[in-house]
Amino acid sequence: MRISERATIISQEQLCAGVYSMWIATNAAKYAKAGQFISVYVNSDSKLLPRPISICEIGDGKLRIVYRVAGEGTKELSEMSEGGSLDILGPNGNGFLAKAGEKITPDTKALLIGGGIGIPPMLELAKQMTCDVTIVAGYQSSQGMFLTEELESAGRLVVSTDDGSFGHKGTVVDAIAEEGITADMIFACGPRPMLKGVKKLAKEAGISAYISMEERMACGIGACLGCVTASTETDGHSKVKNKRVCADGPVFEASEVEL
Amino acid sequence: MTDMSVNLAGVRLKNPVMTASGTFGSGMEYGEFVDLSRLGAVVTKGVSLTPWEGNATPRVAETYGGMLNAIGLQNPGIDTFIDRDLKFLEDFDTKVIVNVCGKTEEEYIGVVERLGDTNADMLEINVSCPNVKEGAIAFGQNPEALSHITREIKKKAKQPVIMKLSPNVTNIALMAKVCEEAGADAVSLINTITGMKIDVRRRTFVLANKTGGLSGPAIKPVAVRMVYQAASAVSIPVIGMGGIRTAEDALEFIMAGASAVAVGAANFTDPYTTVKVIEGIEEYMRKESVSDIKELIGCVR
Repeated sequence: MRISERATIISQEQLCAGVYSMWIATNAAKYAKAGQFISVYVNSDSKLLPRPISICEIGDGKLRIVYRVAGEGTKELSEMSEGGSLDILGPNGNGFLAKAGEKITPDTKALLIGGGIGIPPMLELAKQMTCDVTIVAGYQSSQGMFLTEELESAGRLVVSTDDGSFGHKGTVVDAIAEEGITADMIFACGPRPMLKGVKKLAKEAGISAYISMEERMACGIGACLGCVTASTETDGHSKVKNKRVCADGPVFEASEVEL
Repeated sequence: MTDMSVNLAGVRLKNPVMTASGTFGSGMEYGEFVDLSRLGAVVTKGVSLTPWEGNATPRVAETYGGMLNAIGLQNPGIDTFIDRDLKFLEDFDTKVIVNVCGKTEEEYIGVVERLGDTNADMLEINVSCPNVKEGAIAFGQNPEALSHITREIKKKAKQPVIMKLSPNVTNIALMAKVCEEAGADAVSLINTITGMKIDVRRRTFVLANKTGGLSGPAIKPVAVRMVYQAASAVSIPVIGMGGIRTAEDALEFIMAGASAVAVGAANFTDPYTTVKVIEGIEEYMRKESVSDIKELIGCVR
């Protein structure tokens, strides 16, 4: 079930330079799952397309999004305040547990990996997990860290920074190696080079990795074929080696997609 | 009572509002939001003889008041389209217009022949997609090629044929006239206007295809002008599109001479746009005491 409606802003705060957290009151919360996203429309008439933003937390009748200001649209979003309203459509996409859910038992060791603005969806997932959870979060530097306290309360947290100003110096994959972390399955969201590293790591360990992809979108619901990603096999819907990130994803088993 | 029905080459549409090809799939996704039976017609995304992969990503980019796309006509091919998409549309009380694309004349004809015995009510021939290298626009920018392919398709087509015209030409009236003389039953315009966007931070093109087709409100005045010119030049029906997001936009096209209109990029901004446009036209007719929408078609001359 997808909702298209005007949502009211409950709160907005800046978490660190360029990263904002917004809670909105919406009926979409009823149907939302970890790893899904919502299409957010800014109020400027000059901007036609929605911004696909991952769901960071699901509350009772409300959703939290944590987003980075990447252009004019997200800048406008960041300037809105409590009591304001905006159009949203969602929840969209499949979510992290659509394929992995059944395979998780209380004994499962799950490794959640987030890089940069790919970290927010890991919070809701970590909160929902009923098994052993290790979270590895990669930031650029100590100044740009966000959500760390909340992640810490949802599982064991390991942090890496590109410049080494906090936690392990280097990438999330470096941190996993240095800490000797092992797992039964991986969930990841982050930039493409990180996802490539995660895919390799999972393949070497012989475990499944569920990765959340990002692509420029238009409709956000699977109609326009704007946001495809190359798949390893011919897709059942498209009949070509392409899958729709918005509708077939955004979460894919790493082995399904070419990175 | 207001009569919103229009006649397109013998096909009666309950109202003049349809979807623009490529923005609405075959209605499966948008059917979650709008009752497809409310629409005058569903125009499907372009279909070719075999599955097409389309272009590399990024395929879409937002621009001021518009968007660029370079999907490259990705589609599952005619077999899947007939079995799945046309079957899905059987359940709705709307007309089905199938957009046909190809790289060669033979491919276009092949698709047209496969559609002969299906529930497609009309065919829209895409000779104007700016995002594929072969076929499509190569037919749409040259009057001789356009005339030839129109004639060949008309020989095989069992349904009325709409030729979809490119705005990337010098003389749109001539292109419409060429289609009419070659036997086309209608023309639709405009397809997207070729554009480009550059990412100044990365110093590269935003779209993987470098160029893309511009659509959305930014192109509407160009589209209205071209519809006016085409409608003035031919006596076959003209279907108008390009940046429609409100009833007022749609009425501009109708008054410029369009017998029907299509909503495209605006579906991405608001999935209910098509129905809102229909309701808005109805309201305008009531307020202005227009009993038959046909009174408005081409009323501005």
